[in-house]
This record gives sequence, structure tokens and C-alpha cells, in this order.
Amino acid sequence: MYYYEKKLQYPVRVSTCNPMLAKFLIEQYGGADGELAAALRYMNQRYTIPDKVIGVLNDIATEELSHLEMIATMVYKLTKDATPEQMKAAGLGDHYVNHDRALFYHNASGVPWTASYIQAKGDPIADLYEDIAAEEKARATYQWIIDLSDDPDLNDGLKFLREREIVHSLRFREAVEILKEEQGKKRFF
Amino acid sequence: MSSQYKYWKPFVGPFDPCKPIRVKSYATPPQLYITFQPVGLQQFETPHQALMHGTLWPQLYSPYPDPIKGGTSSA
Repeated sequence: MYYYEKKLQYPVRVSTCNPMLAKFLIEQYGGADGELAAALRYMNQRYTIPDKVIGVLNDIATEELSHLEMIATMVYKLTKDATPEQMKAAGLGDHYVNHDRALFYHNASGVPWTASYIQAKGDPIADLYEDIAAEEKARATYQWIIDLSDDPDLNDGLKFLREREIVHSLRFREAVEILKEEQGKKRFF
Repeated sequence: MSSQYKYWKPFVGPFDPCKPIRVKSYATPPQLYITFQPVGLQQFETPHQALMHGTLWPQLYSPYPDPIKGGTSSA
């Protein structure tokens, strides 16, 4: 069961109406390495992962949902009052004919989200290694979006999200260590 | 603490059409070097500082873009 808190995990500020940035950002919304894929992947894998690390997947999946919400807010603000001409000039003409200014789960090239982006192999090590890779790929995607963006307020939020990928990656790496059960040998602290 | 960015000099050919980038870099953030986070790792002074950095622990913080890249890289 979920409780909803009606606030964002980190404040989202956008300085300019910039639909082209929205087009790039949507990669993190409905792309292969985006927040939706991450949330659904972990939320689903958690059922069959050993008990010791279910909590890691549950907590990270939940946080990914709040990141999805931040990305949605960013995309919404970047396009809210854009004219159809501005949308077209930003390369969002084909988005506009299908969705108006509504958000949709597709990547920066307009390819709709698909479940084949994610996997649940049932093998705990295979699943956790996929999760680590997913976090590193999402981190890289944030880097390339920051490189393309000239909006300092937006970049502030994107840097926060990039840092979260780093922390999540470490948590999954620790989950692997727990399952390897070699921790006993190192527990000198 | 380990360095957060690594640098390498790619081959530059005499007929490369784009202006060459002499030094390229890639990120090597701190999680790569921490197998298991030790108990009692030092935290940021205030919750606000932690929120702004995106993590509770200074040792897990990774800056982007590379803060020193401007001085060393492009052409």
C-alpha cells in the first residue's frame, strides 16, 4: 500500500519556456533507461529476490516513482504555454499532432515505452547486475542531458537526480555483497 | 578519495573533419570504489546541505560537469 505525499522529492524550477529541452528530457520519462523503466523493473523483481534485499528494491522503486514525478513536472513546465509553432520548431510537431501538450511514455525520438526494456530473470545476481547497469546508464543519460541544457535551474534538479543514481548503484552493489554472503569475513567495523 | 574523472588522449588524424578534442574524459563516481558503505560514515552538517547535494554523505557526492575539465580538456 502507498501513502501519497503531495510534494516533490526535490524542488523543480524551470527558467525558460524551452520545448526542445522537454523533448530531450522525455528520454528519462519513457526511455529504456528512464525512471518509469527503473521503477517498474525493481517493483517487479522484488517479489522473487531473496528476503534480505527485498527492501532495497522496494525503497529504490518507490524513489524512482518520485523521480518520474519530477521529470513529469519539468517536461510539463517546459512546454506548458508553448505555441504549436514553438512545439514544431523544437521538433515536437509529431508529438503535438498525437498528444497536444500532454506527456506520454516515449523516448526522445518518440518511440513508445515497452516492457522489453526491462527484465526479471529470477536469478538474483543477474537481476541485481541489470539494476546496477540501469543506474549507471541513467546516470550517463542525465550527464548528456545536462550537457545539452542551458537552463541552470533545471540543471540543478538534474544534478540531484544524477547523484541519486550514484547512491542507488551503490545500494545495489551492496545487495550483491549481501547475497554473496562474504560479509562475515569483512565485518570488522 | 579516488579521482572522479579520468582523462585520455585519443588519436587525432590529420584529416579529421571536426575540430579535434585532444583530451577526452569519463566519469568514475565514488560508488565504483566503495564495496560496502562503512557504518558511521561522516554526514553533511545540515539536512538542507544533504538535500542540495542529493546524498547524506560527502564521500558519495559526485560533481557534474567535471569541475576541473574546463582548464584541461578541449583542444
